[in-house]
Amino acid sequence: MMDKIDVRLVPPVLISLILVAGHYSFGILRGFDSILLAIGTAVVVEFAVGRLVYDSWPHPASAYTSGISVGILVRAPMLWPFALCSALSILSKYVLRAKGRHLWNPSNFGLCVLFFPAAYGLLDIAPLNTQWGNSMWPMLVIWFVGLYTIWKVKRFHITATYIGAFVALSLVRGIITGDGFWTEVAPLTGPMYQLFALFMITDPVTTVSSKKGEVGVTILIAIAEFFLRLAEFIAAPFYALFLVGPVAMLVEMYWTEDADETESGPQADKEDEPVSTSEQAAVPTPTSQPHAS
Amino acid sequence: MTDRPLLRGALGLVFVGLLAAPLLIQQWSSGAAGTSTNSSTALERYGFVLENVAAEVGIDFRHQAPDLDSSLAHIMPEVAQAGASVSITDVDQDGYADLYVTNSKRGTRNALYRNQGDGTFTDMAPELGIAALNRPETGTSMGSVWGDYDNDGDEDLFVYKWGRSALFRNDGDEGFTRVTDRLRGLPDWMNANAAVWLDVNRDGHLDLFVGGFYAEDVNLWDLESTRMMPESYEYATNGGRNYLFLNQGDGTFTEVADEWGLTGTRWTLAAVASDLNGSGYPDLFLANDFGADQLYVNEGGEGFREASRASNVGSVPKSGMNASMGDVMNQGVQALYVSNLTEEGVLVQGNNLWMADSVSGNGTPAFENLAGTMGVAKAGWSYGAQFGDLNNDGWQDLFVVNGFYSGETRDSYWYDFSKIAGGYESIIEDAANWPAMEGRSLSGHQQTRIWLNDGAGQFQNVAPAVGGASTHDGRAVALADFQNQGVLNAVVANQRGPVEFYRNTVDPQHDWIAFELEGTESNRSAIGARVMLHWTDAQGTPHRQLQQVHGGSGFGSQNQRRPHFGLGPDPTVEKVVIRWPLGTTQTLDAPDTNTIHRVTEP
Repeated sequence: MMDKIDVRLVPPVLISLILVAGHYSFGILRGFDSILLAIGTAVVVEFAVGRLVYDSWPHPASAYTSGISVGILVRAPMLWPFALCSALSILSKYVLRAKGRHLWNPSNFGLCVLFFPAAYGLLDIAPLNTQWGNSMWPMLVIWFVGLYTIWKVKRFHITATYIGAFVALSLVRGIITGDGFWTEVAPLTGPMYQLFALFMITDPVTTVSSKKGEVGVTILIAIAEFFLRLAEFIAAPFYALFLVGPVAMLVEMYWTEDADETESGPQADKEDEPVSTSEQAAVPTPTSQPHAS
Repeated sequence: MTDRPLLRGALGLVFVGLLAAPLLIQQWSSGAAGTSTNSSTALERYGFVLENVAAEVGIDFRHQAPDLDSSLAHIMPEVAQAGASVSITDVDQDGYADLYVTNSKRGTRNALYRNQGDGTFTDMAPELGIAALNRPETGTSMGSVWGDYDNDGDEDLFVYKWGRSALFRNDGDEGFTRVTDRLRGLPDWMNANAAVWLDVNRDGHLDLFVGGFYAEDVNLWDLESTRMMPESYEYATNGGRNYLFLNQGDGTFTEVADEWGLTGTRWTLAAVASDLNGSGYPDLFLANDFGADQLYVNEGGEGFREASRASNVGSVPKSGMNASMGDVMNQGVQALYVSNLTEEGVLVQGNNLWMADSVSGNGTPAFENLAGTMGVAKAGWSYGAQFGDLNNDGWQDLFVVNGFYSGETRDSYWYDFSKIAGGYESIIEDAANWPAMEGRSLSGHQQTRIWLNDGAGQFQNVAPAVGGASTHDGRAVALADFQNQGVLNAVVANQRGPVEFYRNTVDPQHDWIAFELEGTESNRSAIGARVMLHWTDAQGTPHRQLQQVHGGSGFGSQNQRRPHFGLGPDPTVEKVVIRWPLGTTQTLDAPDTNTIHRVTEP
């Protein structure tokens, strides 16, 4: 079944279902205006910049996923952060590039730009860090559907590695902080982590190419988050991905430079991946753009 | 990627500009706050200044928080978060407003500060028998509301508690008589944090609503289990139940919450009653912590219908901690202000200012949140708020107290709080899982906001300039004209802190008018009466402003019952229209300004 559908639609459809179910069950959205603005901005910027740069219309699935992630994960009483975060997320794909690939997961980049100054009281913005409900079932449904999808598109090992690493490191953190295992593992049961573990770290475009490499980088992300949590950063997972992801990408690019040059030129946003799960390469690449100058 | 260098450069510039945009926007939007200045400049600029003169007027009261079960010691400030309250009444009917403040540690006393009429106050609570209410066997006080439930001309007192709440009948010169047993259906123990008097069925007798916070089976001083915390930070329904006591007209009450449809068990922290759909019957709004707020539409005095989501006020779960009303646009419509919490980088809810939008065919009002647009969304961890025209310029201003817990250090507990707040219910509801606070602050040292209404749809915080920028952990605020001089003063009750009494000095060029109402067919306190004043300002612009007599509003507070209107300089008052609780409408043409008008229901 999965082989017959456009895999680019899987993440946006899944995250939309979660959003709709969450909103009508628990009212998770602060209003439709913010999420519509986030999605609209992302899609418009994607179309505009994609058209300008490549003279062709990019597929909107990636921008839609970025926008919806921003709409869910940003909490702000004003509307401008949603538009700004979406615009930054999409633009980062076009501006922050190396060897024909963008380095940051788009929405992760946009979120960190807002969350970091907010952590120091400079912006009235916060990440989504509260529970969506009192019941176990929504949490289990999201995990089950999400993990099943991730498994079908062959990214399950990343999410599973992250969950395992987080739980193991929660044990260590519990000993260090004295707050206990359940306290330290508690955030993993919330929606912020569900979205992070299911959609953000599994983005094939901004992860390394080999399965072993992906597992290794995921563990590094969890370790970086471990230290960021000890330093009491609430948006620790986003910062960890922000720091580790691009470094891992750059290392891989230059490590495999010779091999790349002898094959098909600069690696093109991993378009050879069998499937992708998240904010995948909406940005066309030199090799895939007939009109790229 | 294209090689066109111009396009790449342009994209890069736009990107850098967007990176800098958040801080530039924030800098621009925060530049309007009033800054500290001397009092004469503030008086000239804003039309009023405040000075805390509590000690000078004889108010020496410091709130002490509950000392709860030792299993909660590690998060005691988090659990023992309430109890500082203030309510205004004229207990002896001498024409001067008195104030009652509560304490919450076992063995402490509440105080009734009687206004001597000369600008000073004396604590009369011990001799009136309403001081020693904080005892191990009956729990401790959380707040109080005053209303003449027996229509005998004296204001009676209901003290709601974490424990056995208490009703006192005011017998005039003979003091107070405890008549709690007249509240049939009041449980021996409940953890109440809200109460309002209202005439829910318009029979001329005041009824009583009481809202629960922690569940009834939780005795916070003697816990059987530490699984008593909210099961969710924004969707909790394991709080206390609500109670509605219907006045039988013979001095007794019958509890009818279930029959009337008040069946929720959310964590209610505040309530306000007002006719929001023009039916003539008071509707009931509940501000709930850890979840969505609730609106109950009164169905002709025979029951309530929940319309929380349909009206929008319950569509987004936040941390409701206050419910107060004010006509902020001089449109003859009262807005509903609900305080929540905002901590940058952690939890940004924003306070709500619900403006009535429309009323559907089935009587459900719809509201739109204009707090962000009007500049009253962000205050910090807000608790009590009250509307009142502090500078008598003809526009209702907004006084909001803030700050949850100011610890021994300024180190923040927020990170640890966020760990648990995002957790699954079985983790978050167990106090044993909550990290120890260890003296750290949780949204502590936050300043009071005094938002001045500019009459053009914007509020500006002038607290640093006018002198009310207290950084105690504010809970309740009440406004009253204590000296009958046409000036609203403010009393603030702080958790683990002193009661502050703010004397207000107002530009003498600004006129005012006030109405002391007494019901005859309606309840004698005139609770629920609506007063619409029509006047024209010095520029010839017509105004109309609606105020209502409340039997409790804000958080843990009750303003003076007397509606007070500022008018600005050289006004021409056309008329005042009073709609009494039972529906009678009374019009007074061209009432004198700078006068307290005593009006009896015709």
